[in-house]
Amino acid sequence: MFYLIQLLNAVQYGLLLFLLASGLTLIFGIMGVINLAHGSFYMIGAYLAYWFAKLTGSLWLAIPIGIVIAFAIGLLLETAIFSRLYKRDHLYQVLLTFGLILIFEELRSILFGDEVHGVAIPALLDYSIPLTDTLSYPVYRLFITAVCLAVAGLLYFVIHKTRIGMMIRAGTSNREMAASLGVNIPLLFALVFAVGMCLAAFAGAIAAPISSVFPGMGNQILIICFVVVVIGGIGSINGAMIASLAIGFADTVGKVIAAEYSAIAVYLVMALILLWRPQGIANKA
Amino acid sequence: MIPITLPRTVLIAVGLAAALFPLIGATFYIQLGAKIMIMAIFALSLDLLVGHTGLVSLGHAAYFGVAAYALALISPKYEAANLWLTLPAAMVVAALTALIIGFFVVRTAGVYFIMVTLAFAQMLYSVFHDTKLGGGSDGIYIYVRPELIIAGFKPLDLENPVQFYYFTLILLVFVYAFLHRVLHAPFGRALAGIRLNEQRMRSIGFSVFAYKLGAFVLAGVLAGLAGYLAACQFGFVNPDILAWQQSGLVLMMVILGGMGRLHGAVLGAFSYVLLQEIFSAPALLGAYAKHWQLGMGGLIVMIVLVFPHGIGGFLDIALRRISYRRPSGARTDGT
Amino acid sequence: MKLNHNINRRKFLTATALLGGSALLPKPFAFVQAQKVRVGMMLPYTGTYAQLGTAITNGFKLAIAERGGKLGGRELEYFTVDDEAEPAKAPENTNKLVQRDKVDVLVGTVHSGVQMGMVKIAKENNTLMIIPNAGLDAATGALCSPNIFRTSFSNWQPSYPMGKVLADRGIRNVVSLAWKYGAGEEAVAGFTEGFIKAGGKSVRGLWIPFPNVEFQALLTEIASIKPDAVFVFFAGGGAAKFIKDYAAAGLRKNIPLFGSGFLTDGVLDATEEAAQGLETTLHYADGLNTKRDRDFRSAYYKAYTFAPDVYAVQGYDAGLLLATGLDAVKGDISKRKEIIAAMEKAKIDSPRGAWTMSKVHNPIQDIYLRKVIARENKFVSVAHKALADPARGCKM
Repeated sequence: MFYLIQLLNAVQYGLLLFLLASGLTLIFGIMGVINLAHGSFYMIGAYLAYWFAKLTGSLWLAIPIGIVIAFAIGLLLETAIFSRLYKRDHLYQVLLTFGLILIFEELRSILFGDEVHGVAIPALLDYSIPLTDTLSYPVYRLFITAVCLAVAGLLYFVIHKTRIGMMIRAGTSNREMAASLGVNIPLLFALVFAVGMCLAAFAGAIAAPISSVFPGMGNQILIICFVVVVIGGIGSINGAMIASLAIGFADTVGKVIAAEYSAIAVYLVMALILLWRPQGIANKA
Repeated sequence: MIPITLPRTVLIAVGLAAALFPLIGATFYIQLGAKIMIMAIFALSLDLLVGHTGLVSLGHAAYFGVAAYALALISPKYEAANLWLTLPAAMVVAALTALIIGFFVVRTAGVYFIMVTLAFAQMLYSVFHDTKLGGGSDGIYIYVRPELIIAGFKPLDLENPVQFYYFTLILLVFVYAFLHRVLHAPFGRALAGIRLNEQRMRSIGFSVFAYKLGAFVLAGVLAGLAGYLAACQFGFVNPDILAWQQSGLVLMMVILGGMGRLHGAVLGAFSYVLLQEIFSAPALLGAYAKHWQLGMGGLIVMIVLVFPHGIGGFLDIALRRISYRRPSGARTDGT
Repeated sequence: MKLNHNINRRKFLTATALLGGSALLPKPFAFVQAQKVRVGMMLPYTGTYAQLGTAITNGFKLAIAERGGKLGGRELEYFTVDDEAEPAKAPENTNKLVQRDKVDVLVGTVHSGVQMGMVKIAKENNTLMIIPNAGLDAATGALCSPNIFRTSFSNWQPSYPMGKVLADRGIRNVVSLAWKYGAGEEAVAGFTEGFIKAGGKSVRGLWIPFPNVEFQALLTEIASIKPDAVFVFFAGGGAAKFIKDYAAAGLRKNIPLFGSGFLTDGVLDATEEAAQGLETTLHYADGLNTKRDRDFRSAYYKAYTFAPDVYAVQGYDAGLLLATGLDAVKGDISKRKEIIAAMEKAKIDSPRGAWTMSKVHNPIQDIYLRKVIARENKFVSVAHKALADPARGCKM
């Protein structure tokens, strides 16, 4: 029974990771931009949720408000800064987004302070279901799992069954060709970037009650995100899903069985994939 | 392409100023100066890789950290280690690490190279952070600095801040001169060729893999030297010195100072540490001093967007060695 | 071209002169301020321990304010550094206070890993240092030094008595969980020692990297092991989260949770219902009901509109200790030997109860058993009277 519960833990963590990684893989795959500031987007989402939940007293209100703000910030960032990076060397993308991380961290410190904050679980979901005679499972975590699955389904639908999704997929495989066929690339890019940021912010917002809101929370999760994107395949949503679940599983099981080596193993797999199948699991060579 | 260099008179003037500095500075600033020089060696090593060979590594701190940990692990607990033994040992450890990792990563290119160097560095970080090899997240302390003894005679006492400063200065000058020679030698020219057009170099008959690996290992060894000195200076190593933030930081220094120029790397290290001190001095900025990274981040964004040649580039324009060019930089890796 | 060279040489020489000049600046300033005692506060004001850093600072400054702002007739000048609970920057940050600001006394810090760095620099420079929290065993153990004092505890101290408390209740198998760093490891070691000595059978250690707060997988693991009890070490923001997660997982019903007092000190506002009934051991408690404690609490509340916790008391006692030292030499900070002698013999009239310094400069103090009732850690009984840390490895 406990193995099943650990599996549940792994899936919940993996799905949350997917939410975050999907944004990163889209930005990376379609625009070709290495965005180190993606972790900061996660943090922004969490802090916005914390702030508005405190202000309005309701997390249900705070999350949509946060998403709208994140979308606006995303559009602004894209047009002002990121659009200049598309033709630049990856080196400059790394550096600029690295600088952005510093800026966001300090803005966070100025606006919200440096303490660790808790975010209250909405009253509706604040109870636990007993699973065994000793262990109960918090319903909010089940809620997160369900929401992530829903978003994953929505993403899949949009990418594979709509026109916009078709344009996105075209842009991922050949940007110039797509542009010459009449796709409005600048607009598409701006939208994709803003959506990517929203996905990250949304992940941060719904995770806030279970992970707390604290300085540096973006940096911690950023590297794992990159691992997921690389293993799954840059630009592939399907790959991101497979890789997120795999990493979620490795992390959860690793914590319990071999805490010392689980992180090393994860990075080793990332390195091996890069060396022998750099396109990732889900992409064709 | 001839690497951009400073006129000899300028180099001598700077060297002289650096040598005379300890006579007028307070101890804190002498230690700061030593720290700047250690970072300069680190930045020089990365510049060889990024600026001259065109290999963008986001995991360079791995070799810096591995050498530092080597010193910490080899040093006896409460006595001084022997510099003649530990320094070469640390550099050999860094070289081996770079060789092994390089053997795998140098095959890749472009964005994959960036990611895989990051992956290996994080792997090493996890080794020191999670396993019992290092002291875990708390790190390891080196209580006594290594000793420099020649035939029973001690020419330099590294515990003395001024002497440590001079020791570091001598090493920096040596590394700078060494790299200067290397870059003007056939090996360096080949690296420049690889940076500009790898395909062409391969078609001419150069073993591109060997040259890139060579550059990678050389850069790793020099980073190891910097790491060793850093461990000496504050007597402390901790997994954070291997983390991606540290790799990003040294990359930032290289760009800040001006990529592809040796004096750029030194300038970058100097400017970064100086700016950090200035931005974080409560005496100057009061309550906002604690948010110094805001200024630093803003500066980096500005440099990338507006002036990617960095401070060194600015200097070179003043010296009229290059003309001003707006950033256009089409990507050369085909992604 | 010749003109350009001249400009550049000048530029460099000017820059160097400016740098050299700025390096000279602190000296004249130091002379003017020679009258004030320079106190360097190195504490966390960011992250999971931010609250603790603030509480310690408040306590310390309250002690000084109660004496009219002057110790031994001299005023204090503060230099503050936020150590962010990051060991990597510890030696550099401490060095800033010691070399750049030339402080006379170092006060800090909270995180044991950071404390190691401070101890190293303080020993190298022979700076007087008072530790207001970090329980690093070695600070008054293998790394002890005449110029280092502590007004808080050693990591071993508050956890050791809990071992006997649990063993006496018939508990035989325990799972321990803590952050994997110096303080966590030493706390669990202290508990294990006391537990096994008093008849306990086994302690299975689970760990989580500092300052990670994703406990879910480990809570599931604890449920599957089904021990008699769980002993934990967490503090600050992480402690609040753990208490809530443990309760949400329904474990409170069948597997009783215990910890050293840091689990429940300063977090009761954040944990609300989840913490009720938790028992912990610590060298301070609410409801001690001595006059000294009541006076301290009302003074603290008046000054800061927060109830004080153990961290505030430790900071307060650090102020008292420094006062004892400086009063003995009438403010002459250069009389190091006399200051140390006075501090060694000090009997600190602390809100936690009077305590004295052990030979290795760590408090010899009572450890109390407390229980969480409403928003307080109510005193239940004395778990161990006048407990001194064994100071293993100290050659003082």
